[in-house]
Amino acid sequence: MIGTAKSGHPGGSLSAVEIVVELFFDYMKIDPQNPKWKDRDRFILSKGHAAPVLYCAMAEAGYPDTPMDQLNTLRKLGSVYQGHPDVRFIHSLEASTGSLGGGVSLAIGMGLAARLNGSPSRTYVMLGDGESQEGQVWEGAMAAAFHKMDNIVAITDYNRIQLDGFVKDIMEVAPLADKWRAFGWHTLEIDGHDLVAIKKALEEAEATKGKPTAIVAHTIKGKGVSFMENNPKFHGTAPTPAEMVLALQELR
Amino acid sequence: MPAKTKFEIKLGAATREAFGRTLVELGRENKDIVVCDADLSKSTMTTYFAKEFPDRFVSVGIAEADMVGIGAGLAYAGKIPFVSSFSAFVMNKGFEQLRVSVAYPNLNVKVVGTHSGISIGEDGPSQMSVEEISLACSLPGFVVIAPADENSCKALIREATAHVGPVFVRTGRPKCPIVYGADQKFEIGKAIQVADGKDVTVIANGLLVAQALLAADTLDAEGISVRVIDMHTAKPLDRDAIRKAAAETGAIVVAEEHLVDGGLGVRVAQVVAETVPVPMEFVGIQNTYAESGQPEELLEKYGLVAVDVAAAVRKVVARKR
Repeated sequence: MIGTAKSGHPGGSLSAVEIVVELFFDYMKIDPQNPKWKDRDRFILSKGHAAPVLYCAMAEAGYPDTPMDQLNTLRKLGSVYQGHPDVRFIHSLEASTGSLGGGVSLAIGMGLAARLNGSPSRTYVMLGDGESQEGQVWEGAMAAAFHKMDNIVAITDYNRIQLDGFVKDIMEVAPLADKWRAFGWHTLEIDGHDLVAIKKALEEAEATKGKPTAIVAHTIKGKGVSFMENNPKFHGTAPTPAEMVLALQELR
Repeated sequence: MPAKTKFEIKLGAATREAFGRTLVELGRENKDIVVCDADLSKSTMTTYFAKEFPDRFVSVGIAEADMVGIGAGLAYAGKIPFVSSFSAFVMNKGFEQLRVSVAYPNLNVKVVGTHSGISIGEDGPSQMSVEEISLACSLPGFVVIAPADENSCKALIREATAHVGPVFVRTGRPKCPIVYGADQKFEIGKAIQVADGKDVTVIANGLLVAQALLAADTLDAEGISVRVIDMHTAKPLDRDAIRKAAAETGAIVVAEEHLVDGGLGVRVAQVVAETVPVPMEFVGIQNTYAESGQPEELLEKYGLVAVDVAAAVRKVVARKR
């Protein structure tokens, strides 16, 4: 779909596939046929540029406003599949995102509402490691721990690459897990491509009371496509038609 | 024609105080109201709400961006969040979040800025908000309100709550001259004519409404009949009231405690240009930051009192002839 759009962010979508799949097809309590069910779990894609992975998951899950047969209209005029998630076009999305750093604050608001409503709803927010350079992330991290938000989970897709290059060369965020721990979060580090590890981490988060959980998921940018893996070029560049053929062969 | 009753300055409560008291009433009536504050609740007066409804009060610390984002999250989940701080902080530090997390998905978040304008006084320019009407009006879908006094603030906070969608309300620190009785009705986007006149119209908001009424009395004695309109809603503007004022009085002065760049004046001028073009003058802060001082001294020094409104009226009336 990114190839057809001729622009987009393939690398950061591929690194997040297993996490999104585990959440949407196993762990989260959601009802795609009834997307606004009040006690549903919620997913916020704070790293909004990975919209394609979210769109694919939602289409596969069968939400009424994410048609599978229109995925290739990504980024085209009139498409519901906007460049970054937009609730005006897809009502089933939990939040409009795209400007980095905002998701943790949104999750706190949703978590507070669930608490006030006595709802078991849990909120999952996925961040990028580069995104963690944004100050608002840490304002939210401080507030979530202070308010003992044990119904929210922040998952970092730690793929080590951002637009301009390797995170360590642009603005190092390590030691990332130590930072979340220091802010008062129960913090886990896992292999973000291991479905069993992801599920175990989500279970541990749910069992943790009195504090929010941060899952630092170590991933590979462009995972599954040899020439995209760990290649900063594919943070924000679409594959050419030839590259697309190769990529799809490798992913099969 | 019977002699007009002269307007006299009688101080009522500050608009922030009216906001704080009304918020408590609203909290009793509506369990969905949640209030977020960034370590200024004793100044924004959300402290009254916090005392009565501690479970629905969210202390976010000194982190306005996070506060606006939390408000957005609450609104996504069906609550009616009020996020409040000094205007200078919630609007400037929270602007990105107001844009992407609130305005863009058109969420039902109520943003109340206090200590607006230069009438905050001694704290000085870092705390003075003189650009937020411009910023708030640049957000698609936002309703932007600047009440003139205690009673209008109470009523308009209620209107803002009943309205579904994002709203910014601008309130001030000092005690505020009373313009309205408690029974006056207010509607978002519907200006109120507080004095009638035929030669010129002064369109004002906030503290400048009372100053415009004072100026109107002075000018009346000089034989200039001044209509005064309280344009409490800067967005959406009451286009009809503006068009009528232009057509019937032939000259307009806009007066506000805000930079003239991008404020109410510019917005009114756009409607005048589109409807009935007439001469206009603008009373506001001119391309500068103010300084520390007492509110009354500052308003005088920076040209925001009745004599300044009167001078602008004389100027615009002269241009008319």
